[in-house]
Amino acid sequence: MMNNPVIALLLLIPLLGGIAALLIRRDNPRRALLVSVAGIHFLFSFTAEGAPSLHEGWFALDPLGRLFLCITSTLFLIVSIYSLGYLARERSLEKEVRTDFESHSMFANGPESLLTACLLFFLTAMTLVCVSNHLGLLWVAIEATTLASAPMIYFHRRQQSLEAAWKYLLICSIGIALALFGNFLLAVSTATLSGGEVELLLGDLLDQAPLLQPTWLKAAFIFLLVGYGTKMGLAPLHTWLPDAHSESPSFVSALLSGALLNCAFLGILRAMQILNAANLAAFGQELLILFGLLSMGLAATFILHQRNFKRMLAYSSVEHMGILALGVGLGGAGIFGSMFHAVNHSLTKAMLFLAAGNILAKLKSKSTLDITGLSKSMPVTAALWLCGFLAITGSPPFGSFLSEFTILKAAIDQEHFVIAVAYLLILSIVFIVMGTIVLHMYQGSPLVEPDLPRERELWISVIPPAVLGSLALILGVYIPPFLQRMLAEASQQLGGAL
Amino acid sequence: MLLIPSLALLTIGLIGSPFLLGVINRTKAISAGRKGKPLLQVYFDLIKLLRKDVVYSRTTTWIFRAGPIISLAGLVTGMLLMPHGGSPAILAFSGDFVLLFYLLGIGRFFIILAALDVGSSFEGMGASREALYSALTEPILFAVLVTLVRMTGELSLSAMIIKMSPDFWAGSAAALILLIVILFILLLTENSRIPIDDPNTHLELTMIHEVMVLDHSGPDFGLILYGSALKMWIFSALLTGLVIPLRSGIFWIDLPAFLAGMFLIAIGVGIVESTMARLRLLLVPRMLVGATAIVAVCIFLTLK
Amino acid sequence: MSDLIFVLLILTGFVFLGSGRLQFSIRTLALQGILLGSIPFLGSLQGLMGRVTFIASMSLIIKGLILPYFLTRAMHRSKAMHEDHPYVGFTASMLVGIVCLGVSFWLTSRLPVIESKPSQMAIAVAFFNLFVGLFVIMSRRKALTQVLGYLVMENGAYIFGVAYAIEAPFLVEFGILLDVFVAVFVMGIMIFHISKSFDHIDTDQLSSLVE
Repeated sequence: MMNNPVIALLLLIPLLGGIAALLIRRDNPRRALLVSVAGIHFLFSFTAEGAPSLHEGWFALDPLGRLFLCITSTLFLIVSIYSLGYLARERSLEKEVRTDFESHSMFANGPESLLTACLLFFLTAMTLVCVSNHLGLLWVAIEATTLASAPMIYFHRRQQSLEAAWKYLLICSIGIALALFGNFLLAVSTATLSGGEVELLLGDLLDQAPLLQPTWLKAAFIFLLVGYGTKMGLAPLHTWLPDAHSESPSFVSALLSGALLNCAFLGILRAMQILNAANLAAFGQELLILFGLLSMGLAATFILHQRNFKRMLAYSSVEHMGILALGVGLGGAGIFGSMFHAVNHSLTKAMLFLAAGNILAKLKSKSTLDITGLSKSMPVTAALWLCGFLAITGSPPFGSFLSEFTILKAAIDQEHFVIAVAYLLILSIVFIVMGTIVLHMYQGSPLVEPDLPRERELWISVIPPAVLGSLALILGVYIPPFLQRMLAEASQQLGGAL
Repeated sequence: MLLIPSLALLTIGLIGSPFLLGVINRTKAISAGRKGKPLLQVYFDLIKLLRKDVVYSRTTTWIFRAGPIISLAGLVTGMLLMPHGGSPAILAFSGDFVLLFYLLGIGRFFIILAALDVGSSFEGMGASREALYSALTEPILFAVLVTLVRMTGELSLSAMIIKMSPDFWAGSAAALILLIVILFILLLTENSRIPIDDPNTHLELTMIHEVMVLDHSGPDFGLILYGSALKMWIFSALLTGLVIPLRSGIFWIDLPAFLAGMFLIAIGVGIVESTMARLRLLLVPRMLVGATAIVAVCIFLTLK
Repeated sequence: MSDLIFVLLILTGFVFLGSGRLQFSIRTLALQGILLGSIPFLGSLQGLMGRVTFIASMSLIIKGLILPYFLTRAMHRSKAMHEDHPYVGFTASMLVGIVCLGVSFWLTSRLPVIESKPSQMAIAVAFFNLFVGLFVIMSRRKALTQVLGYLVMENGAYIFGVAYAIEAPFLVEFGILLDVFVAVFVMGIMIFHISKSFDHIDTDQLSSLVE
């Protein structure tokens, strides 16, 4: 175990970092700690291929887990660099009395050490989700992500964010309680095995899958799907998502949308793996397609009336989670598309949220109607905002075009024409609506107050989203071999192919 | 041969039911630290009432006169159907429990009609409350009986009660305990006892049953009083049948056991009346729905 | 004997549905915790390993003592003693509870019987508590009652695990307990913030975030 302790380090370093962050009193060392931990974690996750498993296979890094771990790690590194600028600005503004621009009530921020600590605990928990090979441990990890992220939503101590944090905590905990039920049902389904009950270790379960009691297994899958689906943001249990992702600080929203939703999806994917091995894949696929389309449809409906651009981004996340579920539900090449889309969506959504953070900080408004003329007042951010919109709606040459197209092709190849038509329709609706909003914000002349100084945009607030955007752009043209391999291996694990 | 114990028990019931009310009153008095009325006070009340003249209001019709009579007739017939202890009832056939409780129902129906016949809104208020509570208790009562039918597999009340031996108890203790609790609540409700209704209240707005029978005078009221004693006896006999599972078959053992059971139940009612306060009127439906829930649990238990 | 405990667990579920007094509900939750903690001790004692005893006692202490104490403190600090106007009235809630009980038994009958396992009644009770918890969360206003509903749901899952003696490894069991404890802890802190910020803990008034 000790000859290559990569997995242990991946877990321990953020954990210890989080504890240290609570104790460090001065800002600069703490922020340096945050970025360095993020950097080390990034290095380790990308070099962790073939890491040996710990503790009799409890902690292992299979291709699927590794893919999501790399996405999480990349996002975390870039977001933590962005956060340096954000937190510095918040600190400088603390001297004055802050008023909330929407309700005009006063508010303060929570302690920054708590935020940093929660960020690092959050990273630990998500890493744990990716490396857990025991479904019980996976459950504990996902619940831990909820608990670590709830205080972050309440960083800006306003009434709306408190309300959002409460809804988030309650609804996600409900979902996870349902998932616990699913775990127990799964355990009972192993009782018919000749060797007696097995532990919920993924490897053992996959080996014995055809012998598991099918009715119990199906019941377990339903509970796991609904439970983890709540955390993932699948309709109809997504109601916490728009509030939580729009009320938290933008870089936290980036992490929530880009990394956390994926990790919740991982829970569902593990259950899907077992179903595949038990030859019950069709059952799971139908449910995934159903929930996928439902999420997409609901997201498109609600996005129509959005006047708050952060909420708009949150509903877009619901839509893309629907696309992910749909892709896996279609099977075959759709799974590869889904995995690739997970990468693209994370990069793009994070970029959009960071850009939104810039807009919010400068113009102090979340309204889509009030903000116009970004191209003049904040040219770089405006460009990022526009590109982000193009990327998230699946326009070429961005990567999301390829991934969404792959899923569409899978639907058509399997002659699910109704699904394909619905898919295209919803994507078009979202493109039109978001396009209207984004272009309105981009073009025109700014409605800024005359006495607002025309500042230059800080490098630190612009480079991180630019990096994310460039990655998304590159992926549309060229998929590096290592990524291609990771995606292929991950989809093979789920029974897919290119 | 078999009829003699049943006849004997029937006579004991007809004569001794007012005594049960006396026991309840004495228990309440003792726990309140008073000496209380004599145990045979209800008999003295009945004799006093029967000797009085009767007064009928000019606004009433024949229904008012018929109410107490029909109610008493239903109750006495019900006594014929009710098994006491280990002995079967005089009349026993499949489904007799339905007849029994509908006889009680007819009696109540006519009392309610008589109260409405008076034409005063005051009696009407009591009648509507009584109708509400009986509407809520009827499903519970029949659910209890259905559960008993499923548990014992018998359709006649006498057969059901006779089957309640200790062996039976060991088999389905949980369900039976719940049933006993529910039946006790039903006993309190049907006989207008605390916590549903206070039989001693003199505050008009808190009366439910008393206000319905406010206008009956003399012998009519005596009939109603005697009828309420019989009703208490019937419900207590049902409860005793479940609580005391002694079925030795020997009459001289079963009889004292049965009477002891009735006595204990009367004391129990007295204690409940002394320790609890009357529930707010709005909370009574909630309590009854809670009782329905418990019965539902019983039903599901026996379905398994 | 275990049947009796299951019946009591069902009855406590109905208490949650029918009662508006928060202190009473918290005490009932404590009772549920104690009942749950004692189920492992009812089976054959020779099969009890030290680990199972430890977890059972821990859950007994946490669910029966620590969490109720913490919730009572939260209740006093937020000055919310009563659930006044739930979305669904108490009588109607109990009727819904009866329906949920029926659905739970029906669902249980659809799952095939596993011979090596004890009676299916445990699953029905688990489902029932799950539904009761969900219903309480949806139909009540006070945030504290919603936390109670969440704990009832967790109890439902726990009943399933305990009654079926699902041998989860120590780490996982401990992790589950810890998660629930920390979750309630965080929720309690948030309720405190809500009561300070809004002067009440009626979640129907937390409606400034609309579509």
